[in-house]
Amino acid sequence: MNFEHTQDRRMLADTLNRFIAEQYGIEFRNHHAYGEQGHAPERWQQLAELGAIGALFPEAVGGFGGAGFDIAVVFECLGRGLVTEPFLGALMVGRAIVAAGSAAQKAHLAALMDGSTVAALAHDEPEGHYELERVRTRAERQGDGWVLNGHKAVVVHGQHAQLLLVSARTSGAVDSAEGISLFLVDGNAAGVQRRGYGRMDGGSACELTLNQVHVGADDLLGTEGQGLAVLERAVGYGVLALCAESVGAMDVAKQHTLEYLQTRQQFGKPIGSFQALQHRMADVLLEVEQARSAVINAAAALDADRFTRERALSAAKFTIGRIGTRVAEESIQLHGGIGMTWELPLSHYAKRMVMIDHQLGDEDHHLARYMQLNAAHT
Amino acid sequence: MDLNFTPEEEAFRAEVQAFLKAKLPARIANKVKAGQRLTKADQDEWHAILNERGWYANHWPQEWGGPGWGAVQKFIFDHECALAGGPRIVPFGVNMLGPVLIKYGNEAQKRYWLPRILSGADWWCQGYSEPGAGSDLASVKTTAVRQGDHYLVNGQKTWTTQGQHANMIFCLVRTDREAKPQEGISFLLVDMNTLGVELRPIRTLDGDREVNEVFFTDVKVPLDNLVGEENKGWTCAKYLLTYERTGIAGVGMSVAALEKLKVIANKVQRNGRPLAQDPLFATRMAKVEIDLENMKTTNLRVIAAVAGGGVPGAESSMLKICGTEIRQEILSLMRRAVGPYALPFIEAAQYEGDTDEPVGPKEAATAAANYFNYRKLSIFGGSNEIQKNIISKMILGL
Repeated sequence: MNFEHTQDRRMLADTLNRFIAEQYGIEFRNHHAYGEQGHAPERWQQLAELGAIGALFPEAVGGFGGAGFDIAVVFECLGRGLVTEPFLGALMVGRAIVAAGSAAQKAHLAALMDGSTVAALAHDEPEGHYELERVRTRAERQGDGWVLNGHKAVVVHGQHAQLLLVSARTSGAVDSAEGISLFLVDGNAAGVQRRGYGRMDGGSACELTLNQVHVGADDLLGTEGQGLAVLERAVGYGVLALCAESVGAMDVAKQHTLEYLQTRQQFGKPIGSFQALQHRMADVLLEVEQARSAVINAAAALDADRFTRERALSAAKFTIGRIGTRVAEESIQLHGGIGMTWELPLSHYAKRMVMIDHQLGDEDHHLARYMQLNAAHT
Repeated sequence: MDLNFTPEEEAFRAEVQAFLKAKLPARIANKVKAGQRLTKADQDEWHAILNERGWYANHWPQEWGGPGWGAVQKFIFDHECALAGGPRIVPFGVNMLGPVLIKYGNEAQKRYWLPRILSGADWWCQGYSEPGAGSDLASVKTTAVRQGDHYLVNGQKTWTTQGQHANMIFCLVRTDREAKPQEGISFLLVDMNTLGVELRPIRTLDGDREVNEVFFTDVKVPLDNLVGEENKGWTCAKYLLTYERTGIAGVGMSVAALEKLKVIANKVQRNGRPLAQDPLFATRMAKVEIDLENMKTTNLRVIAAVAGGGVPGAESSMLKICGTEIRQEILSLMRRAVGPYALPFIEAAQYEGDTDEPVGPKEAATAAANYFNYRKLSIFGGSNEIQKNIISKMILGL
C-alpha cells in the first residue's frame, strides 16, 4: 500500500504545474478560453512538448505512460490551472485508436501526441442524455466506403478539430447496444457542418451536422456494429480524466476560499472565526478528500475487468459530480457577493466544477449506471 | 501509488482470518451479527482468547505485552474482526488507559496495572464526562483534594459506558480550582469499590443500560493512583483522546453492516419484488456503498501516512465524521428496510437465547434499537461538531 506517486509522475506534475502557473495564468486563460478559438494553440503545442499528451499513452504506441495514475496526474494539473486545451479529445480519440485501430489508423497517434492534430469525440446527440447506446446518426454502406448522416451535440473542441471520432448506427434500433460503429472522420470533409460556440466555463464546442459525409472502408474503427465496447472504454478514460481535473480545481477553489475566510473582515474580525462558516469549510475539506479517494479508486481500477473498472468509474463520476457541485456552491457562498463576479478567479473554477458534471454523464446518470452494473453482476 | 497490501500484509490478513476461524466462538459471532447485546462474560471470553494469542493489547509496544503492530496491521486486524463478527474490544482499559500508563505512568504503576489489564483482573471504565462537562471537557468539576496520604474525591461522572461491569475507573479531576480550566486537572485511578462511590444506570432510548452515572462522596484515593504530574492531567486526557484513532472510522463495521443490509433488502418484499430492486431504496443503498468505497481509501491514505509508527492527528477527526455518518446511514437503512416491523420492540429479542417465535423477519428484532443506540456514534469521542472545530483549527488554520 502506497499513496505516493512515482518519482516520474511527481516530476511530470511539477513540470506541468510550474509551466501552467507561469504561462497559463488566469488572465491569459480567460482571454483565450472565452475567445474565438476557445484555447491557446501555442500553449497547446508547448504542453505537448512537455509531454503532457504523451503521458496519456502507453509506450507501445509511442507514449510514456497511459496508466490510470498517469492520466490522473496530468488532468489534476490541468484542473488546477483551469486549462482549456483539447486534452480530453486527444485522450478519448487516441485511446479508442489504441484499442481498436488498424496499423494505418494508429499512424494518427503521433500527430495526436505531438499536438499537431486536435481530435474530438462526436458521440452525444440532441435527443440523448449521456447514454452510450443511443445513436441515431446513420452510416450506410456505399461502394467500398460509408456515408454518414446525423447530428452530434455539444462536441467539445469540435469546431477546430482536424480529427473526429463519430459514432454511427450501422444496424439496430436507436438505443440498441448492437449495431454501433465508430468512424474516423476528417473535420474538414465535405458534408461536415459545424456551428461553433463558446462554453459556459470557457473553451469551445460545436453542433456537428453530418450531411452525406463519405468515408472510406479504412475509416471504420474496429468491427462494424461492435463499437459500443470501444466507445465505453474511450469514454471511461475521459471519465477518469474529468474526475481528476475536477479534484485539481477543487483544491484551488478550497485554497482560495480558505484564504478569503482568513482575510475578509466583518464585525471586526476575520469571517473564518465564525463557527457557522468554519463548519461549512470543514465539510468542504472532508468532501474534497472523499473525492480524491474516488479518483484514486477509479485510476487503480482502470485496467481491471469490466465490472470492477466501470463500477469504479461510475462511482467516481457520481462522487465528483456531487462533490464538485457542492464545492462550487459552497465556495461562491462563502465568498459572498464577490464570489458572484467574473473578476474573481474562483468564479471560473466554480463554473468548471459544475460543468464537469455535464460532460460524459452527470451524477444521476452514473449513479443509475453504477446500480445497473451491480444488478447485472449479481 | 499502489492500493494493494504487500504480500507480508496479505499473509498477516490470512493469519488473522485463520485465527478468527479457529478461535472466535460462533455463539459470540452470531450475537454480534444479529446486533444482540453482549454480556460481560462474552467480552471477557473474547478478551482472554485474544490475550492468549498476544493480540489483545494491540496498541501496546512489545515491551509491555503488545504484538508490536504498525497502523496497517491494526487496521487489517480490526477490519477482519468486524467482518467475522468479532466483538469490538472494550477499549477503556486496554486501548485508552494502557497507552496513557505506558507514556505517563511511573514504573510501579506500569508493573502493577498493565498486567492486570491483560489478564482481565481489572475492568476499567472512563470517568471523563460530567453533567456540566461534555464537549467542554476541560470544565470538569469533580474535585480531588490532598489530605495526608490520599486524595478526597467529590463529584459526579456520567455517560460511563459499561461502568456496571467495572471495578476501576480512571478520572479527570480538578486539583486546582484557581488555575485555568486545562491547567488544574489531574488524572486519577479510582477503585469503584471504595466507600463513597455509587453507580446508577442510565437507561438509554433503546431500552439498554450500558451507560451510567458515577457519584463520588468523600472517596479516599491513594496518592499513588495519580498518573503523571498533579495538575498536568489534561496532557494525559488529550493523549488518550487522540491515541486510539486508527480504528475510529469503523470501516470494517460499516462493511459488515452493509452486507447485512443487502441480505435484508433481498429478503424483504415491496411491490412484489425484493426491496433491493426498488428504485428508491436501491438508490439509497448505492449512494452509501459509494461513500463507503471512497471512505475505505480515505482511511487507508491516513493509515499509510502514519504507517511509520506515528499517530494520526487531526486527520482522525476527518475519519470520525465520515465514518460515523456512513455507519449511521447504513443503520438507518436497516431500520427502513424492515418497514413496519421496526415498530415491535421485544426486549428479550435484544439478547441471546430468546426462544420465542420472532415477530416478523428475525433481522427486524434489533434493527430499530440498534439504529437508536448508534445515534451515539456522532456524539461520543468528541461530537462530530467538535471534530469540525478541530479540523478548522488544526488543518484549516481558521
